[in-house]
Amino acid sequence: MTATTATRAEYCVIACAEAWRGDGEVLASPMGLIPSFGARLAKRTFSPDLLLTDGEAMLVGLDGTVEGWLPYRRHLTMVTGGRRHVMMGASQIDRFGNQNISCIGDWERPARQLLGVRGAPVNTLNNPVSYWIPKHSTRVFVERVDMVSGVGHDRAAQAGVTRFHRLPRVVSDLGVLDFAGPGRTMRLASLHPGVTVEEVRAATGFELALPDEVPYTREPTGHELRLIREVIDPQGLRDREVRG
Amino acid sequence: MSDKSMTVEEVVGQLRSGMTLGIGGWGSRRKPMALVRALLRSEITDLTVVSYGGPDVGLLAAAGRIRRLVAPFATLDSIALEPHFRAAREGAAFALTEYDEAMFMWGLHAAANRLPFLPVRAGLGSDVMRVNPELRTVTSPYGDGEELVAVPALRMDAALVHLNRADRLGNAQYLGPDPYFDDLFCEAADAAYVSCEQLVETAELAKAGPPQSLLVSRHSVTGVVETPNGAHFTSCVPDHGRDEAFQKLYAGTPWPEFSARFLSGASERDYQLAVRAWHEEQQ
Repeated sequence: MTATTATRAEYCVIACAEAWRGDGEVLASPMGLIPSFGARLAKRTFSPDLLLTDGEAMLVGLDGTVEGWLPYRRHLTMVTGGRRHVMMGASQIDRFGNQNISCIGDWERPARQLLGVRGAPVNTLNNPVSYWIPKHSTRVFVERVDMVSGVGHDRAAQAGVTRFHRLPRVVSDLGVLDFAGPGRTMRLASLHPGVTVEEVRAATGFELALPDEVPYTREPTGHELRLIREVIDPQGLRDREVRG
Repeated sequence: MSDKSMTVEEVVGQLRSGMTLGIGGWGSRRKPMALVRALLRSEITDLTVVSYGGPDVGLLAAAGRIRRLVAPFATLDSIALEPHFRAAREGAAFALTEYDEAMFMWGLHAAANRLPFLPVRAGLGSDVMRVNPELRTVTSPYGDGEELVAVPALRMDAALVHLNRADRLGNAQYLGPDPYFDDLFCEAADAAYVSCEQLVETAELAKAGPPQSLLVSRHSVTGVVETPNGAHFTSCVPDHGRDEAFQKLYAGTPWPEFSARFLSGASERDYQLAVRAWHEEQQ
């Protein structure tokens, strides 16, 4: 293989894009900059049937051409109808994929109030939910989250709501994680080139499942790199979200 | 047919302390801010506020008017965290009924349809069930037997919404891309008050936009008030976008200072003049 010139942020874009591979004609809902570049890359290459929004109420093509209307009330039906794959953020996430965006500390009187649960509960019970963590750390990857907003595998099983529950992947600035560990716990699926297993373990607040040999996140193709750099993010905003 | 036009003071004159008040819009988008500001000029307090929260929640929280908030979030959109909502929560200044966005929507639908609840596949497995121990579930009576959350109707004493156009009868129209849930808020409330950018003759409504832009109908409206720039600083496209510079000022200024400069006047007009003066200083 030839020496790569891809940056860490570009591996992250590729790893996010891969979340939507094979999804077909569903809405890609990326929360955050790098996921939105990933969704656009996926649509431009291997998942051309994806739908995208303009961030308000319109469904738009890659060039901004309006092709549909998606106000919040219909967006919520897209969620419960399952024709959507969202990539959300997480202030905290645990080994089962329980996610928190609501508040830190005791809910009755939080040390730090965040957004509130927003749509995380309905999302996780109805359409595929992946996560994007721009800074992999023990503050985010925790033993227990303070307020379960997005539902993880253990809680979904206990509550009997596994029917449409699906958490395809977690992408961080260090690698890609899935839930193929014992008891559907988080497993290191791939490392972004330049990252070691030790770095990921040190930045994770619980014991991560590890395959015998951890692969690297795949290389972008020359075409993909050109799309990222010249078409999707010519201003290089991706390097502000993830450095290195 | 009755002319329902009134002033913001007359709207607030029909509200009382202790009421459950729904507020339309979403986040920092098309919020009935002129009506919220009028509330702040009144003595009304001890409110249960039902809202997809934005600076409406922030202002009322900062002024100490909220007893309970029913919401899935509070945000300024372009600024993720609502500073006064945050401070109030961290000081346990009010009680919170924290629902998921879809639970909230089905609560509005239930109230608008005079149903006690509606079933929704949301909440189970999450801590929304832990922090709202009064929530109950229902089991599908059909073959699937699925257990769902029975979201109680979000019935309100009064709703406040802001739209682009309205007539004196209470018919109101949105001209932006998203209706949000303003029609449901009006239908879910015992009394609904619509503020609008521009009060027009009924015949003008159908000329201004397609039939489906006629979101709110007069049978669900108690009062109408014209408040140009009345959603400020939230967005009310196409009449005006969000005033991002001013929102940043709001988010970054200690409440006493912000309140003294912009909210201590006797009227909505005083507020709008204070905002204009601030913008002129920035140039």
